[in-house]
Amino acid sequence: MLNSVNKFISSICFVLSVFIINNAMAEVVHSERSLYRNIIVEDKGDLRCLKFNVKSSKTRQSCLLKSQPQELVFNYTKQLLTGLLVNPEPKRILIIGLGGGTMSNTLHQLLPESFIDNVEIDESVIKVARQYFGYLENEQIKTYSQDGRVFVKRALLKKQEYDWIILDAFNGDYIPEHLMTQEYLEEIKRLLSLSGILTANTFSSSKLYAYESATYKSVFGDFYQVSNSDSSNRIILARNNGLEQNVDSGKNENVSKLAIDLLAIGVDVKKLYQNMRSTAAHQDWPDDNPILTDQFAPANLLNIDTD
Amino acid sequence: MQISNKPINFSNLYIYFLAFSSGFSIMCIELLAGRILAPFFGSSVHIWGSIITVFMLSLSFGYLLGGKFSTHSASLNRYGAIFIIAGLTLLPIVTSSVWLMESIFLAVEDSRYGSLLASTALFFIPTIVLGMLSPYSVRLLVKNSNESGQVAGKLYFVSTLGSAIGTIITSFYLVMWFDIDTIVLSVSLVLSLLGITTIAVAKMNASLSKTKIQRDVSHA
Repeated sequence: MLNSVNKFISSICFVLSVFIINNAMAEVVHSERSLYRNIIVEDKGDLRCLKFNVKSSKTRQSCLLKSQPQELVFNYTKQLLTGLLVNPEPKRILIIGLGGGTMSNTLHQLLPESFIDNVEIDESVIKVARQYFGYLENEQIKTYSQDGRVFVKRALLKKQEYDWIILDAFNGDYIPEHLMTQEYLEEIKRLLSLSGILTANTFSSSKLYAYESATYKSVFGDFYQVSNSDSSNRIILARNNGLEQNVDSGKNENVSKLAIDLLAIGVDVKKLYQNMRSTAAHQDWPDDNPILTDQFAPANLLNIDTD
Repeated sequence: MQISNKPINFSNLYIYFLAFSSGFSIMCIELLAGRILAPFFGSSVHIWGSIITVFMLSLSFGYLLGGKFSTHSASLNRYGAIFIIAGLTLLPIVTSSVWLMESIFLAVEDSRYGSLLASTALFFIPTIVLGMLSPYSVRLLVKNSNESGQVAGKLYFVSTLGSAIGTIITSFYLVMWFDIDTIVLSVSLVLSLLGITTIAVAKMNASLSKTKIQRDVSHA
């Protein structure tokens, strides 16, 4: 009897100590309240993460390994690189939603010749990316502190074009609803060069899924979806001039060189191909699902009910 | 001394109900304003700054104007007319907001001033008219100076309650069920119908009191 009590106490002590050690391992390096959210920079051993909300489990983060900052840590950032399989040499890249700036850094490393424009609404996030995530800016990499919708509209007026637009403005807690409407996607499509592509980091677990999918299809036609079975993210990959009949799986010379580059930063091209599915072959939402427009965009309300 | 009529005064209740509706409409439109401006000016903090500034400013002018307007032969007729005008001035939000915002977007690069200009163009006038209704309601309700504070208090209560309910219903449900244009059009329609009903009620009252007076006269 005494023995089992002892065992019980010691196991509690063990659990507690694990808990304490774990907690001690996560150290908040920096936190601030910006106009839009709480920003927290947290170190867990070698891993440094940018978080927007501590409590929520849905919150998406931007992380890097301090010893190997070029390595991509999170699935969805790797999945975004699927864009390179479809469009291997984008000259002009637009990233909407900066995070820690890790995507921009990685792309600059992979494509040193390309021009990258980063758009981020929150000045504090830009500051934190520079200070804690080694976010690199130079002649080719520019940062604009602006709303993603306004930037795209202004860029259209200036007759700019991009070969790759990365939409990563949704952090899971709050969705800027005007960045998920048919009208916005049409503006983005007009901003793409002829063979340009859009990759968007989106949702896969609520009612919003069907609405969002239907909206993308209404603008781009069929698109690729990239997702793992375990992640709640999915990447939408759409081309300005529609999908090709079949993606060449790594036979292309460009792509095999790319595969080597990607492997160096921890991305397995084969896996990317495996996770890529065309909606032409497999569409998992009803055809008649309503779409999101500037007139009807209750994205946050739709994201509440998970079923 | 005035004889307080103990049975419920339906005419007063009706005016409180109208004040409730105006409060509801103001906040319903203000909430939608953010959605209407977002495609052109984004959803940065300063967009809400612009919207709230314009609404507060126009409400303050509306209160002033409504108070002034109520000093000359205040009547249910005129009160109803304000409702109809409020409904009509909301219509440009549906019919012309896109080209208006487009031209402001082209003319003004800074989205702070762009959004301020756009919300002024779209919401200033209807909100002034809606703001006029509160002091006018006080004028119609107050029968003697003793009760004026209580009447004003009740009126603020009812119209602010309307604002609260208008905010929550619009943001929680209406935007999920309807297009923005549909909601604005419905508010405009409801306000106009309330105005027409009010004028009809005024006409009825007038003819009723006329017959009453005639009856009184004949009795005398």
